[in-house]
Amino acid sequence: MAFTLPSASLLSQSILSGVFVGALYGLMGLGLSLSWGLLRLINLAHFAFAFLAAYLCYQMATMGVDPLLTLVAIVPLFFAIGASLHWVMARFSVTPFNSLLLTFGLMGIVEAVIQTIWTADFRKLESTYAQQKFKLGGLFVPIPEFITLLLAVGISLAVWAVLRYTDLGKAMRAAAEDAAIASAFGVNQQRNALLLAGTCAALASIAGVCLALSFTLAPSQMYAWIGVVFAAVMLGGLGRALGPLIAGTLIGVSEAITMAVTAPSWAPIVSFTLLIVILVLRPGKAA
Amino acid sequence: MKRTPLLIIGAGVLLAFVPTLGLPAFYDSLLYLMLHWIVLATSWNMLSGYTGYFSFGHGAFFGAGLYTTSTLLAKDDWPFLWTLPVAALVAALLGVALGAVVFRVKSVRGELFALLTLAITFVIGTIVVNTPLDGGNGVSLAAVPLPAIGPTPSSSFYLLALAAATLTMLIAWAIFVSKFGAGLFAIHDDEDAAEVMGVPTYRYKLIALGVSCALAGVAGGIHAMFLSYVTVGEVFTITVPLTVVLMSVLGGTRHWAGPAVGAVAITGLLYSFTAADHAIAGKAMIGAVLIAAILFMPDGILLRLKRAFGKRAASPEGGAVHAASHGPTPAAAAMASPVMQPSHATHGELLLCVRGLQKSFRGVRALTGVDVDVRRGEILGLLGPNGSGKSTFINVVTGHYLPTGGQIVFEGRELAGLPAHRIAAAGIARTYQIPRPFAHLSVLDNVALATMFGGAIHDVAAARRQAMTWLEFTGLHTKSGARPDDLNLHQRKFLELARALASRPRLVLLDEVLCGLTPSEIDDAVALIRRIRDQGSTIVFVEHVMRAVMALTDRVVVFNHGVLLAEGNATDVMQRPEVMTAYLGSPHKEAAHA
Repeated sequence: MAFTLPSASLLSQSILSGVFVGALYGLMGLGLSLSWGLLRLINLAHFAFAFLAAYLCYQMATMGVDPLLTLVAIVPLFFAIGASLHWVMARFSVTPFNSLLLTFGLMGIVEAVIQTIWTADFRKLESTYAQQKFKLGGLFVPIPEFITLLLAVGISLAVWAVLRYTDLGKAMRAAAEDAAIASAFGVNQQRNALLLAGTCAALASIAGVCLALSFTLAPSQMYAWIGVVFAAVMLGGLGRALGPLIAGTLIGVSEAITMAVTAPSWAPIVSFTLLIVILVLRPGKAA
Repeated sequence: MKRTPLLIIGAGVLLAFVPTLGLPAFYDSLLYLMLHWIVLATSWNMLSGYTGYFSFGHGAFFGAGLYTTSTLLAKDDWPFLWTLPVAALVAALLGVALGAVVFRVKSVRGELFALLTLAITFVIGTIVVNTPLDGGNGVSLAAVPLPAIGPTPSSSFYLLALAAATLTMLIAWAIFVSKFGAGLFAIHDDEDAAEVMGVPTYRYKLIALGVSCALAGVAGGIHAMFLSYVTVGEVFTITVPLTVVLMSVLGGTRHWAGPAVGAVAITGLLYSFTAADHAIAGKAMIGAVLIAAILFMPDGILLRLKRAFGKRAASPEGGAVHAASHGPTPAAAAMASPVMQPSHATHGELLLCVRGLQKSFRGVRALTGVDVDVRRGEILGLLGPNGSGKSTFINVVTGHYLPTGGQIVFEGRELAGLPAHRIAAAGIARTYQIPRPFAHLSVLDNVALATMFGGAIHDVAAARRQAMTWLEFTGLHTKSGARPDDLNLHQRKFLELARALASRPRLVLLDEVLCGLTPSEIDDAVALIRRIRDQGSTIVFVEHVMRAVMALTDRVVVFNHGVLLAEGNATDVMQRPEVMTAYLGSPHKEAAHA
């Protein structure tokens, strides 16, 4: 490990980019965390949904549609996909572990579909946002990343508020604790679960659009996100709305600092060491 | 039973002649890959399938072996075959070091264990890629000579993998049919109950992980040479663990041969697609197979096939059914019990002596220094209102909780601080108020497990025979092949009793065995508890059903708020004012702290 101390402005610029990538970790992790914590389903296909949405956004953008406008079509579409997937899993009463394997299979299928339509080559969305940035106190803020941050914060807060303050949110949390008792108190658990699963997939698709805004896409890239996003989900606590965003930002910033101080190839060690330490020392929170 | 290892060896020897058939080299490679995945999937299953600790870190152990071999070959010029034992050792040490930390943390189970091991894969991968072990460019082994084991290089790899696969299958089978394997399956269903019944859970998990890692390390060592150019990106990924999980789940994780079946199926499927240049379609196909397998065969191909053919040999469940069909009549049951236990000649001597026992949960003081004596041969009633510390007392004495202070002396030995399985081995057994049977084991195997781990019987068949006599003793012999889920509450409570007795304890702690039973079932249970005492066990009896307490106990102690409130003959004690106050509330304020 060669340590080089970067200049203050370089360091703050990399911390800022860590915040941006961390926001995307958080946005990706949000649906995953809700599904795992409240539905007891570990949905690896979440990453496939995000990438499929990213490619759809890319496709529509090349046809001249504004990337953010594509959300109007993409979000309902993925809501329907997520709800149908959950319907199947509930129909066969799939256990949490088998859900992991089943959705891994689904991920392989989606990857194959993407590769057939868009090939394995790298694709980059060219939009009006791509090159725009503004300056904030000596730091450059690129617009696509800034949009991601705003969406991640806004959506996480909204989900948090719904879970905490609405009857629907309380019903969902109650059903996660004990589905049978919640049903006995009149919670329509099946409907809520479909609603929640649809929402999780819709959140994946929003994360996908953000991904398309600032990252180069390749079908196999979807696997690269699994480890770090899971780390954010676990650190943040399952089923918590603000957890993934906070943990994701923490991971993103620490990765960025590691990259600035040492070499980019050391970056993964931060998030995963953090995850291991948290699991071993404070397991109560994640469980 | 003994036919199986011969079959495995025979198959290995037979397959060793394949290279002499003169098939095209690509068959050697396909067969090599099948055997390679058999080793990886089967070794993974030894810990993860048997105990339910799904590891996603198999890539790390495989990679540790792979990089050990490639480093020794490329930098130190070792002969190839000598690197393989070192690869196994390095992988095993890594696994054991990891397990020694992780298995101590009680809450890292299930999905958390899976994620933790996945994270470790990436951490080790990152370290390897950034150090001279790899250096970021990969390691080339093209210049290393391959020993001529077979007629061609590709057949040499095939034969090496065949040897590794044969060894792996033998080990997987040996674990599966042994006491060790029975312990691992018990951990899968209920780790805490397994520990209390005498299974050394920590050590067993560590051994299983060590063996599993060593075999993965060997597979890695061979594969390094097969690839001849190794990179971190191909090894320390999620692909290796997911593939072995997929193979094992597809084949069936609760059988020693399941992962091998899955490995052959998946490798063949993948190869047929890549060979025909339909790699993308293959990827989708694998996904579809996986989804179909999970939805329609959640227990795996092997168990599914067995069920379809109605043949259930070689599995623990299978043995149970067999024993049930030959079970003796209830008449034999009456005779079976008295010969089992040594007679209680030394009636009245001190068996368990508890002094100043304390247990606090953070701020809550559940036991604040209680003294209890249990004399050999007696039935001691342990009474007290809810929350008085009765269950905590049982949990501390059996080692489920560590005491905060005080002494527990059993037959002259200090037990406080010992792990639960050692206390079980010392001769103390318990039942749970809410029965905790091992859900995937038959009723007979539930009891046989206690026979093995409490009674120090190593042979599984002998343990089953003895377990059958305990089922007869409790009247469950007609249910021996059933799963615990098929029993009613009354039967499950009796299964708890049979399990506790099967370890042949000198002291049995019964935690509210009568709770939830109907009056006539209570009468049955009371008669059974009398018979338990008559055949030599001393009993501590926690109960709220006063009719049974009056009928059964020689002596009672009453707990309230974690302290000993009263002690003596049941009829006397229950009439004391302080006891009535504790149960019914105080008539006037001063009595509250009496």
